Amino acid sequence: MNRIFSTDHRTIGLQYLLLAAVAVVIGTIMSLMMRIHLVWPDRFLPIKPEDYLALVTLHGTLMLFFVLTTAPQSGFGNLILPAQIGARHMAFPLLNAASFWLTAVALATLLASSFVQGGAAISGWTAYPPLSAVASAGPGQGLGMDLWLASIALFGIATTASSINTLTTIVARRCSGMTWQRLPLTVWGWFTASLLSIIAFSVLLAALLLLFLDRHAHASFFIPAGDLVSGTLHTQGNGSPLLWLHLFWFFGHPEVYIAILPGMGLTSMILANFSRRRVFAYRTMISTTLLIGLLGILVWGHHMFVAGLNPFVGSAFSISTMAIALPSSAKVLSWLATTWRSRPRYTTPMLFALGFVSLFITGGLTGPILAQPILDQYLHNTYFVVAHFHLIMAMAGIFGLYAATYYWFPLIANGRILSERLGRWHFFTTFAGAYATFLPMHLAGLAGEPRHYSQLTGMASASSRLLGRQLPLQDFITHAAFLLAEAQLIFVVNLIQTLRRPGHASNNPWDATTLEWSPPIAPDAEPSVHREPCEYAADGSFSPQWEPAHKPE
Amino acid sequence: MSLPFSPLLPIDASAHGPALDRHLILNLAIALALLAITHLILLIGLVRSRISTQRSIWAVEYLPLAALALLFAALTIHAERLWASTRYTGADPAALQVEVTGLQFAWYFRYPGSDARFGTTRPQLADAPAGNPLGLDPADPTSADDFLSSNLVLPANREVDLRLEAQDVIHGFSVPELRIKQNAIPGQPQHIHLTPTLPGTYAILCTQLCGLGHHRMSANLRVLPQPEYQAWLKAKEAAATQ
Amino acid sequence: MPATYTPTETDPRSRRRDPEDGGNGRRPPTDKRTGGGGDNDNWNNRPPGRRGPRERLIRYRLGLFFALSAVFMFFIAIISVFFVAQSTGHWDANSRYINEWLPTTIPPLLWLNTLVLVLSSITIEIARRHMFHEVDVMEEWLGMGKPSTVRAVPWVIATVVLGSLFLAGQVAAWHQLASQRVFFRTSPSSHSFYLITGVHAAHLLIGVLALAAALGGLYWSKQMENRQICVDCAAWYWHSMGALWLLLFALLVFFQ
Repeated sequence: MNRIFSTDHRTIGLQYLLLAAVAVVIGTIMSLMMRIHLVWPDRFLPIKPEDYLALVTLHGTLMLFFVLTTAPQSGFGNLILPAQIGARHMAFPLLNAASFWLTAVALATLLASSFVQGGAAISGWTAYPPLSAVASAGPGQGLGMDLWLASIALFGIATTASSINTLTTIVARRCSGMTWQRLPLTVWGWFTASLLSIIAFSVLLAALLLLFLDRHAHASFFIPAGDLVSGTLHTQGNGSPLLWLHLFWFFGHPEVYIAILPGMGLTSMILANFSRRRVFAYRTMISTTLLIGLLGILVWGHHMFVAGLNPFVGSAFSISTMAIALPSSAKVLSWLATTWRSRPRYTTPMLFALGFVSLFITGGLTGPILAQPILDQYLHNTYFVVAHFHLIMAMAGIFGLYAATYYWFPLIANGRILSERLGRWHFFTTFAGAYATFLPMHLAGLAGEPRHYSQLTGMASASSRLLGRQLPLQDFITHAAFLLAEAQLIFVVNLIQTLRRPGHASNNPWDATTLEWSPPIAPDAEPSVHREPCEYAADGSFSPQWEPAHKPE
Repeated sequence: MSLPFSPLLPIDASAHGPALDRHLILNLAIALALLAITHLILLIGLVRSRISTQRSIWAVEYLPLAALALLFAALTIHAERLWASTRYTGADPAALQVEVTGLQFAWYFRYPGSDARFGTTRPQLADAPAGNPLGLDPADPTSADDFLSSNLVLPANREVDLRLEAQDVIHGFSVPELRIKQNAIPGQPQHIHLTPTLPGTYAILCTQLCGLGHHRMSANLRVLPQPEYQAWLKAKEAAATQ
Repeated sequence: MPATYTPTETDPRSRRRDPEDGGNGRRPPTDKRTGGGGDNDNWNNRPPGRRGPRERLIRYRLGLFFALSAVFMFFIAIISVFFVAQSTGHWDANSRYINEWLPTTIPPLLWLNTLVLVLSSITIEIARRHMFHEVDVMEEWLGMGKPSTVRAVPWVIATVVLGSLFLAGQVAAWHQLASQRVFFRTSPSSHSFYLITGVHAAHLLIGVLALAAALGGLYWSKQMENRQICVDCAAWYWHSMGALWLLLFALLVFFQ
């Protein structure tokens, strides 16, 4: 019992990773079901249209909330962060355990929603009202939608609590000598992501509460007067569906950065470690992390260029969105400069970090295109957008997670190192699979194919002709998606094989400089830090953070 | 049609489209070039032998950033000008008025008829089986000559002012060939205006998730040469006033 | 036969209470840097960011500060909804722009409630200051009675009473409105009125529960620092909710 309801941050971190693993497996299977149905509507999986949309909703909700938010932020945050700043515990262990169990209940609630009357919600992870506000709007919009709201509310509370914990730990629990400038960039990633979490999730909670009141207390925050949904007439009020969009995207855009910032920090540290170089422009990297966080909360309107926003406001959001390209570019330049002519060691974590850089660039470059309202009026809600956010958020996020897993595995699993040979296979197949799946989606988007369509042919209009042309491309994407999913089996094999062998790695197998790799110290001693991370000398030696400035001779 | 990438896009049948296409293609080319450059730098940096000289942060970071800032600023300015030219101003007063209403899961297009005024609609009166899906109020004299169409029929080379509305949930009005997309929001009518140029039949798609029939919520846009459009309009008006 | 040594029974719970304690003695819970020389606990020269005499208090305050910033963002969202709902209208069947916002009249009782809440902020501040009164705190830390706790308890109880009074007053105000046939569902303005007062009341209820928990802590906790944390955090939360109420009340009175 004590092992399950533990307040130990390492146990909680592992539990979070396990929860994310469950969610990612279910979410992946759902995406494959959608891919199969899209290309062969009747052959293997005769899915009803509402079930397709329920899959869309659950896939997005699972992946974004329960994988990309929990795994980097709470999973590795709990496992590694305290060790990296020289803290023995998180600031509030009991709160930490409570957040995990709330998250677990949230996941169970979400999964349970697919078994209730009418099935899971069908309004997508963005849950735009009035579709999400009126039970008559669709089969999953009754109890399924209520459970979705409950699940996300629980998740939001849990994540806020977990972020409070992370922030307090970083501010109050750094060991002696760990000044702000000596903090590893991963910690800066966690710090900024946590700040964004407490700002963004509380706004989402307010929006969820209002939506709940609209659904059950005859309120009209989001439902306009005269709204007629399948025979249900809403007679009064000043409701505005756009209000939900504002509140949701005020949360939704920072959410994207919550998912990616820890991965950015880790990538910087891994690139530096295996290139045996300092991170190029370390201070600038810290400030760009914070700047991306700050700008991240000022750009939500770029999701709404064609959603009925005033065109002048659209222009303003377009400019703030373009501005975010600059700190992001600064990060890419720093990564390129760190690896430039360094002859790095190509370990698996390094490969995944390089993959992160590549995917971040590829996915990021379409960002400025979509940030221009005139182009968004053509590309909005097409597969071009799907390609953009899957590359930069989902794939880069997953690559960050894999880099973290391969890199920190000796710390997680008692000195075991995942097989490098299988790891390389895993990397190259995943890398190829990611590009093969998501690059062609740009073409489908340029051809005008919208997302969320459960079938492309059989409509009684010219749309069948327009969309039917995309079938060969979609067919290819489905095959690539299967390649991508199957490549993950290599990782599973690697994991099982490694866990069956005893650990033999040294304390610091990657010759790293950050504190989580320091040799164990006496239980009553305090760790202390004497230098910035990433001090590598030209002769191949290095000075870890825990090493005193003047070695006692 | 000689531009690179343009075969990737559907044919362009609108007046504002070619400028949009050119800007999109410019953007794609720049993105592709930056993609190639960064990956080349990454690969060359990984392949070549190790050096350990200090590099100045100005050369490596600030200078390229300044160049990128200029590039992005130029793209933004041009994009804003295009956006302003189509969205900042309303339609010409002489533009053809058509009301587009989205409801689960169909589009209805209402033409004001010979009096050029739309009649009142009341959602309480909406009754699709009885032939009045929008709830047109028969008591309003201006509604008598209004007529509905399930396909949008427009004359070529005349500006059209579309009034977008939704009866139930948010829908997305999108015509890829006209390079246009705008959500229809219940309770908040939107106006967009454009000029179709090339006669033909194009697909109108719903691009905002609106429920289980989202994928089949499509209609046809028929752009007709002026005389054929007049003939169609006459026939429709005659049928409506009978 | 060697002398048998029977270890004295120690309460295992008291050992577990502070896992971070290195075993080199607890620091007095005051922030004076005048520790006598000679002891080796290094408390004149504390390392930055960690292990000061008030380390735990600061940590809990910090956690509360971050939690409160989340709460404030929540209310900012609610307030922005208030303004949006106020300024949004719709077109009726005759193409007239209708704004259904009719301001909800504030029940005069709310002024009294506000006064009660301000008073409660004062009482909890007095309690909080008692918990940090230096002479008493040193005495209490040394185990010579609980002078600061004894002085703080009546003020905490007074705050609980005043807080409950405020909540009862809010409920009474809702009843008054309901008797005038203004319900949550009545109009956009009443949605906002009930939403704002309701959400604030929920947060204040949490505050009352926190104060009650703090009372429990004062009674049961064996450590001076724990008792200080209980009252201090409950007090800051209470002050924030009070300040928030002044803001919300001003919004309801002057900006409807």
